Amino acid sequence: MAIALAIGKRLRDALRDLAPIVLVIAFFQAVVLQQPFPNLGNVLVGLVCVVVGLALFIQGLESGLFPIGESIAEAFAHKGSATLLLAFAFCLGLGATVAEPALIAIAAEAAEVAAEAGAIADEDEARLSYAFNLRMVVAMSVGFAIVLGVLRILKGWPIHRLIITGYVLVTILTVFAPDEIVGVAYDAGGVTTSTITVPLVTALGVGLATSIKGRDPMLDGFGLIAFACGMPVIFVLAYGMVM
Amino acid sequence: MNAVLDFAVDFVGTVATTVFDVLPILAILVVFQVVVLRRRVQNLRGIIVGFLCVLLGLALFLIGLERALFPIGETMARQLTEAAATSGAAVDWRDYTLVYAFAAAIGFAATIAEPPLIAVALKAEKVSGGAISAWGLRIAVAVGVAVGVSLGCFRIVTGTPLPWYIVAAYVVVIAQTFRAGRTIIPLAYDSGGVTTSTVTVPVVAALGLGLAANVPGRSPLIDGFGLIAFASVFPIMSVLGYAAVVRLIGRLGKGGNAAGSNDQTRGTELNPS
Repeated sequence: MAIALAIGKRLRDALRDLAPIVLVIAFFQAVVLQQPFPNLGNVLVGLVCVVVGLALFIQGLESGLFPIGESIAEAFAHKGSATLLLAFAFCLGLGATVAEPALIAIAAEAAEVAAEAGAIADEDEARLSYAFNLRMVVAMSVGFAIVLGVLRILKGWPIHRLIITGYVLVTILTVFAPDEIVGVAYDAGGVTTSTITVPLVTALGVGLATSIKGRDPMLDGFGLIAFACGMPVIFVLAYGMVM
Repeated sequence: MNAVLDFAVDFVGTVATTVFDVLPILAILVVFQVVVLRRRVQNLRGIIVGFLCVLLGLALFLIGLERALFPIGETMARQLTEAAATSGAAVDWRDYTLVYAFAAAIGFAATIAEPPLIAVALKAEKVSGGAISAWGLRIAVAVGVAVGVSLGCFRIVTGTPLPWYIVAAYVVVIAQTFRAGRTIIPLAYDSGGVTTSTVTVPVVAALGLGLAANVPGRSPLIDGFGLIAFASVFPIMSVLGYAAVVRLIGRLGKGGNAAGSNDQTRGTELNPS
C-alpha cells in the first residue's frame, strides 16, 4: 500500500517534469506552426511510458539504492582508509553513470548519427559497440572525476583552479581531436549528471565535508557535480583522438 | 492486438538489456556494504523491490524515449525549419527566428521547474543569508539555459564551429570566477550540471540533430551535437553574473540590506550573445 502511494507521488513529479516541455510544444504546434503532429497516438503512448517509467525508476532508487549508497558514504566519511574511500568513489561514479538513462539515450543517438554518416559501419553490432564504448569512456571519466573531487575535499584544494585547468585541457584537446567527436564530447558532460549520479554523489560530498574538520559543507561539499560534468569532455575528446 | 504484442516484445527485450545497465551499481553498493564495511544489508526486501522498480522503470523510459521524446524533438526541428522556408539556396540565419524562439522557450520552461535546481536555489538563499534569492537564482539559471540553447541553435544554423562558442564561454566564466565571492563559485559550477534533466536531454539533443539534418548544408555528425553543452555552460555564467549584480547593488545600497531584491534577470547581461 505504502509503495503504491509513493509511486503515485513519483508519477505526479514525473508529470511535472514533462509538463513544461509538452506545454511549449503544444503552444508552438497549435498557435505558431498550425500543423498536425505526425504519429500522435504513438507519441502519446510513448509519453505515458516516459512518465510511468521515470516514476518507477526514481521510486526504485529511493527505496533501494539510495539508502545503501548514503549509508556507505556516511560510514566512509567517518572512518576507514583513504584508499578504500577513493576506490569506493571511483566505483560509485562508474556504476551510477552506466545506469544513467540520459547517457544511454545520447550514446544511442550518437551511434545512429555516426553510422548514417559512415563514420562507423552501418550495422547493429557496430552501433551497439560504439554506444557501449562511449558510455564506458564516460563512466570511467566520472569515476575518475569523483576520485579527484574526493581528493579535493580531503586536501582542501580550491575548486576554481582545478576547473580552470580542466577548461584549458579541453581547449587544447579540442584542437587535436577529430571534428566529429567534439560535439558529442562537449555534450557528454551535461548528460552524465542527472537522475542517479547527482543524489549519490552529493550525499558522498556533503557527508565527507561535514565530517572532516575545517571543511565547510557549503564550500567543499559541492563541486563534485562540476567535476563529473567536466571530466567526460576531456576523456571523450582523448578517446576520439586515439580511436 | 498486434500493437499490444509488439509492445510486449519490445518491453521484454528492453528489460533484458537494461539488467546490465543497473546491475553494476547494485553490485558495487552491495559489495562495499557486505565485504568492505562488513555490515549486513538491512531491508533486503525493500532493496529487491526497489531494484525491480528501477529495472522496469528504466525499460519503460527507454521505450518512451524511442516512441516519444526523440520523435518530438525531430518533428519540431523539421516543422520549424520547414516553416522557415528559405528563399534561394543560401542559408540566412535570420530566417530561423522561430527555431531560436522555440529553443529559448523549451530551455526556460524545462529548467525553471527542475527539482534539483529548486533544491540548490533554496540552499543558496540560506547560505547567502537571503542576499541571493531562490527565485532570482532559478530565473538566472533558466534564462542562462534559454539563451544557451537558443545560441546553440544559431550555431547549428550558421554552421560555425562549436569550440569557438564553448571556449569563449569558458573564458568569460574564468574571468567571472576571479571576481566572484568564494561561496558562490561551487554553487555556480554545479548549477550547470543540474539543469539538464533526463527528460530535457533527449528532446534537446533530438532538436539539434533534427535541425542539422534539415538545414541545407549542415551535417548531423559535425553540427548536430552541442546543444547540451550550451545548456550546461551558460547557467554558470548567468549565476555568476547574477551574484555579481546582487553584490554591486548591495554595495551601492545602504549597508547591503537591500541586496538581491528585484534584479533577478540582470545577471544574464554578461552573456556574450
